[in-house]
Amino acid sequence: MHWLLALAFFVLLWTGFLMSVPVLEGDVTRPVAKAWHIDAAIALAVGVVLLTLVQGRVFARTISQLERFDRDDWRWLAEIPRRFWSVAPAAPPQGRFNAGQKLNTALVSGLMVVSYITGFLMWLGERNTAYRFAGTFGVHDDVMWCLMVLVAGHMYMALVNRSTRASMAGMIRGSVDRTWALRHHKKWVADLDRAAAAQRAAAPDDEAVASRSPRAS
Amino acid sequence: MSARDHGPLDGSDPETGPDGLPTRPREFRIGRAAFLATVAVGIGGIFVGPSLSRIFTDPLSGVLPGSLGEFIPGNGWVIYNVQNPFPRFDPATYRLSVGGLVRRPVTLNWNQITALPGDQQTSTFHCVTGWTVDGVLWEGIRAQTLMDLVAPLASAKYVTFQSMEGPYVDQLSIDQFTLPDVMIARQMDGGPISRAHGAPLRLIIPDMYGYKNVKWLRSITFVADESQGYWEQRGYDVDAWVGRSNGYG
Repeated sequence: MHWLLALAFFVLLWTGFLMSVPVLEGDVTRPVAKAWHIDAAIALAVGVVLLTLVQGRVFARTISQLERFDRDDWRWLAEIPRRFWSVAPAAPPQGRFNAGQKLNTALVSGLMVVSYITGFLMWLGERNTAYRFAGTFGVHDDVMWCLMVLVAGHMYMALVNRSTRASMAGMIRGSVDRTWALRHHKKWVADLDRAAAAQRAAAPDDEAVASRSPRAS
Repeated sequence: MSARDHGPLDGSDPETGPDGLPTRPREFRIGRAAFLATVAVGIGGIFVGPSLSRIFTDPLSGVLPGSLGEFIPGNGWVIYNVQNPFPRFDPATYRLSVGGLVRRPVTLNWNQITALPGDQQTSTFHCVTGWTVDGVLWEGIRAQTLMDLVAPLASAKYVTFQSMEGPYVDQLSIDQFTLPDVMIARQMDGGPISRAHGAPLRLIIPDMYGYKNVKWLRSITFVADESQGYWEQRGYDVDAWVGRSNGYG
């Protein structure tokens, strides 16, 4: 789901720029850029629906983890400036997703939905000018800028920032280092250990369960 | 697994359950609220965004240099140009040439242009990239006024509009030029056309996309042959009818 979104996002961004700043067009003309833009949007939407149908339960669990904030999350957010300036910050314990990741997901998802609504209105408005509203293009444009800022921050965390880039292993291999997870996502490790302990209690002879590492699925 | 693995990193004492593992504090579904709020603001912005942002962008637009305006969202307009900087209008030296296949070619100075009889209209401006501005008030010179002045020959079939922005040129047929809501605009929304919007004169043809509405006019030439304008050479339609061109209708 993540990699589909990432690929689609960059195709949409690039083709969108070609269409909205026409002087950038080179060999990729407007009709071609528009076709790729709409195709990428459709492919992303179809992909999301299909993956949801296939992995609905996993997806539902992830959403549940993403949308719940507790007081550790509020403290984590409030203490960002302190951690930024501190040499060795001590963050409140976090779950599988820290509060920043949760907020980023909520904002990006909402902005993507607004992109789809305004993009659809722009497509409709080409066929019937009654659907050309004054703010559609501006909102589509502003949402793009917001998404660029959020995605830039996201990529910084994933590729550059030392304390977070270990999570890339999770996005590529499906698992992360346990020591790293204990430091940054302690409550998630606790949840997984609790689940593993419950499974051991139910099937005490299954030693493979006891040795399983946290999985970023 | 030892308790040390679950010990706090900052030395404080976490809440722990009977199994020695941290308990889960009370949770609120804020993520869902943030998502819905984002969507709501986005949809609201479609309808109220331009009028709200005018509060911020009107003071800015008089201060910022030309092409930066292209990146300031709000009031519905997006300013495009093909060459930097925007052409500059000097009323003392500005000249509009109207000639070609005509009996009486003229070169008009600014005083002569403002003295020509004019007309007003309110129309909608559509850009091929997808945005629209409703209710734009234009004041300007009708095609017939110019044609009475220069008397085009029977061989003249098209009218070519050359911009002060070097490479920018576009063309209409005589029939298109003489449509009732076509004009050479001198004023926009009650005042002189601003530099970004094509001062001092721009072609207005509301039924066609904005790229046909040539800005910063410096000459109007009556010709026999059709030719492609700036954007037509780059794949856009010659007859840029709104809703019926550039892939549709």
